Amino acid sequence: MDATVENNVKPVRRSKEDKKVIRKQLKASHTLLKHEGISTAPQPTKSLVVANGGLGNGVSREELSAALKQMGEVDKLIMHPNKPYAFVIYRSEESARKAHINLNGEKLQCGENSVTLYLSYVDSVTCEEEASVPLPEGLVLVEDFVCSEEEALLLAAIDWSSTNTDVTAQKSLKHRRVKHYGFEFRYDNNNVDKDKPLPAGIPQECLPVLERCVKNQHIDIMPDQLTVNQYESGQGIPPHVDTHSAFEDTIMSLSLGAKTVMEFRHPDGRLVAVVLPERSLLVMKGESRFFWTHGITPRKFDMVPACDPQSFGDTTPDLRTSSNLTLSKRGTRTSLTFRKIRNEPCRCAFPSACDSQGAPPAPSPPPPPSLPCCHADAALLEEQYVHRVYDAIASHFSSTRHSPWPRVCHFLCSLPPGSVLADVGCGNGKYLGVNLELSAVGCDRSSALVQICAERGFQAFVSDALSVPLRAASCDACISIAVIHHFSTQERRLAAVQELVRLLKPGGRALIYVWAFEQEYNKQRSKYLKDHNKELPENHNPAEDSPEESQEPQGKSSVHSSSHSEDNYRTVDNNQHVTDGKLSVHTNRTAFETKDLLVPWHLKDGKKRVEGDSGEGGKKDQQKEKSKKTSRSKATLDCNPATSPGFDSNMFSDSSLDTIAATHSSKPIPGCDTSQTCSSALKSESEIIPAPVFHRYYHVFQQGELEQLCAQQAGVTVQSSYHDQGNWCVILEKALNR
Amino acid sequence: MKLLTHNMLTSHVKGVTKGYPLLIKATEVKVNEVDFNPQFVSRMIPKLEWSALVQAADELGHRQDLPVELVPEYEKNEEFLKKVHRVLLEVEVIEGCLRCPESGREFPISRGIPNMLLNDDEV
Repeated sequence: MDATVENNVKPVRRSKEDKKVIRKQLKASHTLLKHEGISTAPQPTKSLVVANGGLGNGVSREELSAALKQMGEVDKLIMHPNKPYAFVIYRSEESARKAHINLNGEKLQCGENSVTLYLSYVDSVTCEEEASVPLPEGLVLVEDFVCSEEEALLLAAIDWSSTNTDVTAQKSLKHRRVKHYGFEFRYDNNNVDKDKPLPAGIPQECLPVLERCVKNQHIDIMPDQLTVNQYESGQGIPPHVDTHSAFEDTIMSLSLGAKTVMEFRHPDGRLVAVVLPERSLLVMKGESRFFWTHGITPRKFDMVPACDPQSFGDTTPDLRTSSNLTLSKRGTRTSLTFRKIRNEPCRCAFPSACDSQGAPPAPSPPPPPSLPCCHADAALLEEQYVHRVYDAIASHFSSTRHSPWPRVCHFLCSLPPGSVLADVGCGNGKYLGVNLELSAVGCDRSSALVQICAERGFQAFVSDALSVPLRAASCDACISIAVIHHFSTQERRLAAVQELVRLLKPGGRALIYVWAFEQEYNKQRSKYLKDHNKELPENHNPAEDSPEESQEPQGKSSVHSSSHSEDNYRTVDNNQHVTDGKLSVHTNRTAFETKDLLVPWHLKDGKKRVEGDSGEGGKKDQQKEKSKKTSRSKATLDCNPATSPGFDSNMFSDSSLDTIAATHSSKPIPGCDTSQTCSSALKSESEIIPAPVFHRYYHVFQQGELEQLCAQQAGVTVQSSYHDQGNWCVILEKALNR
Repeated sequence: MKLLTHNMLTSHVKGVTKGYPLLIKATEVKVNEVDFNPQFVSRMIPKLEWSALVQAADELGHRQDLPVELVPEYEKNEEFLKKVHRVLLEVEVIEGCLRCPESGREFPISRGIPNMLLNDDEV
């Protein structure tokens, strides 16, 4: 009996799964057609498109190839960079058919992740070899410049133990470790103190290598400055041109330990990605040294040419052809950059990039402010480091703040219909339309942000959270999301809570969110920290705001990040710790070291956004929101708590078919396709200056601190408190018998 | 600024004890049609300062014939609810200012947004 039952059950289950596979496969072919113009064939052919089996999905050539070869002889496997699919051409239609039957809907294990493959027949396959891009003028790559023994010797010569930092100037930068010999390269002014040589010169172990460089005429004169950079997997260096006035023409960089991909960008937008194998020497001269920027995108995998034994060795392993690529996991790479200090002004042929010839030097950062000790100081600090900043970044800030937090939405939706809600510090108003059965009004200190609310059809006014011009006891509920951490004294934070309580009716409730000092709680790292390891850049999005923001497809933000030049790190490197009561500057997406700090905001597309504040986009939004508003229908959870979970850890996590659509709806993943964005960022001389960086003051709350603050306020009780993605949160209730 | 919002707003200038209701001096008023939801309007009425609403509507020339006193059993009076709906949600002040009845301080309204920020000496 049992056996029969089992037999009866199985086919049913399988057919359900089959249906799912068919549905997903159909969806995949629609997506391919829509976004890539690839049409699938109804009849079997020799060629298949393998959805989700692409480099852009974290599938390596080796892994996919192994699976495909089990089905028959593979003629060709084509994997384009960044695409979430691959093409396979089998010798025979029979093999293709076999692959279709056996692999469709199957999971493929790729390293730690797995993806589900969907296969469809195609009539033709696009596999045109792209025209080869020449290396930048003046760039030479010498493979196997040192042997493994020399490599080991050189690596051993770099002492990373921090006991001798005085003699060699060692620093842990945001994205890498760095150590200087001979002269210190200063990241605050992107230059060297030529009259202050370091006690430790270039290590003895390097001399044979350098002598060989001179002998082989890679360089005319012995270098006198060495910068050692150590990059862990996932780390990188923003695109930059080495300061002309600091160093002579030739710059040599020796790659040790692991290979990586370095991207060279010409101001006209050309991009050349060059694989730097371990033990290779990169020599930059002339245009490649003076005019092209070079940088390494922080990521854990690189797209590199597939290592077919027969083809390897006879071509330079750059990325000049694009269909024969695979993924290479990055290891720890140590680079030794040898430079010769320049003692006369640079007279290169690229004045627009030359600081000796009048190109603007990097501006020096203003000194950080001190923590206020009186009311007037506090107000001044907040004016400069909160209010003005939000007004300046309003539009960009708003563009990164579109997904309401699920738990805030939950609070809003738990309120009875017809409740009066005040959102004090409403920002762009993303919570004002969550529950349309409420009578919601918002206020914010930033008139630019309130303007955005108004354009979206919300009721909002400009006011300070310490003095909200609403009748006392007029609100059934108040929310204060990511606001109170901007007040710089305890008294002012308390006053902000008091003001919320004043607005509440007896029995009314207030929800307060503040940024938490503890970004790791219950062994869980907040999104804010997690995203650091993602492809996301050093920039922006302090996650006092939505976790969802950071679930956006990776491409967008990473692309922008690459236009930041090295000096953006300056503030971070300089002001790591509090000195003399000065506020420290926080390193984005790292753990907090102090409770009062300045958080950098890197403005994207700076000029355009600041000036054209409310353009066409705003108006469209307004119309959309208006039509939404007019239909004052049932309360809807307007938030989107479950965005595709595949996105939240990194691009190589389990990929559903949604990945395809998402990959295409976003800008390309950084690397090969970034040239356009970068070209616009580097178009003119003036725009070479990196986007401005703003600093916002924060007081981050320690566990229990918010509850204590609220407890000082009479007539309210803390109904509940919790930690939500790096924020401390409380729900207060105003006493009924007041 | 809709009159629903105006009904909640008050002057908060230092020293002012009766900063409510704010007088409206409008130079541009718009009426935007909004879907009528009788239930929502009924729910809002008990939360309003009724006389302030009538006064504000009057100032803007949109009082229609709203009574000084709230009518009983308004929940069932659709005609009445429609009038309240119009005054509360459809009439919007785009340009003008709000004036504190006690101190005379004026708060500008521009592009529909009241700016209620105070100077340092007013807090």
